Amino acid sequence: MTPREIAEKLDMQVLSSGACMDNEITLGICSDLLSWVMAHGKKDGMWITIQTHINTIAVASLLELSCIIISGGAQADPKTIDKAREEGITLLASGLTSYELAGRLYALGVGLNDKEQ
Amino acid sequence: MTKSNRQAAVDLHIHSSLSPCCDDDMTPNNIVNMALLNGLDAIAVTDHNSCDNVEAVIKAARGRLVVVPGMELQTSEEVHILCYFPDLDSLMSFQDRISAFYDGVENKPDLFGNQFIMNERDEVIGFRKQLLLASLNISIDEALQYARSLGGIVVPAHVDRPSYSIISQLGFIPEYMGFTLLEYSQKSSVENYISRKYKLITSSDAHSLGSILERKMIIPVEEITLEGIFNYLSS
Repeated sequence: MTPREIAEKLDMQVLSSGACMDNEITLGICSDLLSWVMAHGKKDGMWITIQTHINTIAVASLLELSCIIISGGAQADPKTIDKAREEGITLLASGLTSYELAGRLYALGVGLNDKEQ
Repeated sequence: MTKSNRQAAVDLHIHSSLSPCCDDDMTPNNIVNMALLNGLDAIAVTDHNSCDNVEAVIKAARGRLVVVPGMELQTSEEVHILCYFPDLDSLMSFQDRISAFYDGVENKPDLFGNQFIMNERDEVIGFRKQLLLASLNISIDEALQYARSLGGIVVPAHVDRPSYSIISQLGFIPEYMGFTLLEYSQKSSVENYISRKYKLITSSDAHSLGSILERKMIIPVEEITLEGIFNYLSS
């Protein structure tokens, strides 16, 4: 499933389309510690977090993540949204908590066939 | 009289009985007397999200050592930053400014500990109702802006720790934040770190009397005054 399909199915807001809206996603990570994501995030994965600081975009860029989902209705900093657009990072936002989102994504089949996890 | 090239022994991160996680005997006089026994020239009492005991500490010090007005703030990213001010009034203005951002959770003393406000005679004159061990609803960018607009200096706290540090929370220190000084915790030693970009300082983050630093962190100052210490922090 792609970020575009996920955004539609789970009624997410698209803050920045970025380069990966139509890339297939098979894995992801939930963490609000950027240091943790830098150590454990995987290329092409999606990242669910409530952190909205501009550094999130740098971390996604560094690890070549496919997209960031800001969860729990946390308000993205405008500077973060601008940076995501500038860097071509796909940035979505959802009112669901990280727990609910991960559950819904698995229910949609995202992550079920991931060999790396 | 200007005394140049002096050295000051400092501990610029000490908690008082106002911080719930701190021993109740971290009273203004106990902190000052332990600092004097340890031979310190300057201290800062930096309680979590509050500065209600700083005035009592300044009064208890009676000019025997320098007390830098400060606070340890927890931003919405769960980053701890130390905010130092050139005078008590600026610190109080800062507290007024951030008081709109408490999240409304009240302290449960049985669970978290007491939040005592004290006077310079170590008498409890009140307590903080809102839990100070929580994040304020204010981003690190906003907090920097508020502190600096009041003449404050901001230092990321215990950057070597795996929790509540700017590096644990935000992965790295963004250049645009314009820090010049970083604090390392007592458990690691700044001598182990080399930084071309930042000055490094060790503080105790003391929550008990025995943890207050001895003459370990020595900084060069023009003179051992609040202004002298503050100039070091801001240069």
